[in-house]
Amino acid sequence: MEILETVFVRNSLVVAFAVVGLTIWISYFLANKLTKGRIHGSAIAIALGLLAAYFGGKATGGSAGVADITLLGGIGLMGGGMMRDFAIVATAFGVKLSELKKAGLAGVVSIFAGVIVSFVVGAVVAVLYGYTDPVAVTTIGAGAVTYIVGPVTGSALGADSDIIALSVAAGLIKSILVMIGTPLVAKTIGLNNPQSAMVFGGLMGTTSGVAAGLAATDPKLVPYGAMTATFYTGVGCLLGPSILFFIVNAIL
Amino acid sequence: MIIYGVALLSACLILGMLIGEALGVALGVQANVGGVGIAMLFLVLSSNSDKFKALVEGASGTGIQFWSAMYIPIVVAMAARQNVVAAFEGGMLAVVAGVAAVLVSFALVPVISKIGNSDTSSQESQ
Repeated sequence: MEILETVFVRNSLVVAFAVVGLTIWISYFLANKLTKGRIHGSAIAIALGLLAAYFGGKATGGSAGVADITLLGGIGLMGGGMMRDFAIVATAFGVKLSELKKAGLAGVVSIFAGVIVSFVVGAVVAVLYGYTDPVAVTTIGAGAVTYIVGPVTGSALGADSDIIALSVAAGLIKSILVMIGTPLVAKTIGLNNPQSAMVFGGLMGTTSGVAAGLAATDPKLVPYGAMTATFYTGVGCLLGPSILFFIVNAIL
Repeated sequence: MIIYGVALLSACLILGMLIGEALGVALGVQANVGGVGIAMLFLVLSSNSDKFKALVEGASGTGIQFWSAMYIPIVVAMAARQNVVAAFEGGMLAVVAGVAAVLVSFALVPVISKIGNSDTSSQESQ
């Protein structure tokens, strides 16, 4: 047992490659046999990942899902921000500039519309649940933007830590739902071309959610959605503690 | 050489991140503003330009394609390290706020996609 742990910990990233590879193999097997290809293999793999993260978090009490289990620590590095951003940028290889230009305006509109709409929805829900303090309402609204915008806005405004935790939870729910829900609604919302993928990325904004949601829908759309989504959090952090807070403060 | 492509990819990411970070500081925001998006633009521009041909064609290009193909496995690992427990322990308010924000945003995708389409068609008619 000790030998196993030594080897696994010392080679954590390599272990992660093997474990993720096995997970994807099982997922594609299930997708082909059980659903006859109707559900994308990567959608199943992502769902399995989230499920494992839930049990990992329950078992260890940590905040990094499976990666808090000693033997699987490499998952944390493999699925961390550095590798994610590196691979996302690589997906842009082969993208045509003309496609980006075509959706440029709609892409920019979608980022601002996405931040404002998610914020308003989150803030309204907070008010419906009985919150009247402008700082709390703004922080929860910002959490519905992304789980990064929530705490950034909350700490800028001096919100209580339980309100900040709530805003992070709202953002996480959003991110998870985008991961799982995107392949299910893709057809209905016309998500089948680079332009709508850019609009989708700008509206949803959660980089993790968009990255996984589009991967499970059509990997060709990933670079277009990711391109706009990466501006979303920055715009959210810009608007949240400033204009959006002033508006909430004036209304309440 | 495969490493040339990987190095180009890395250079694009670092440059994009630096600009995104600088934009964040300039705007007074505690976040990287579009660093990854800017890095993607650099990669698109360099892979479409003649000057960088040696870095994106042949074996060099496979260095970039490898990381592009590793994208889905990395996303699966990313899913496995999310704080799913915290998401569900936030209570009903967090769930309702998150779900409602996603549903409204989903509904807006076809609406805003249309803005883009009518815009390009009007440009074409001009």
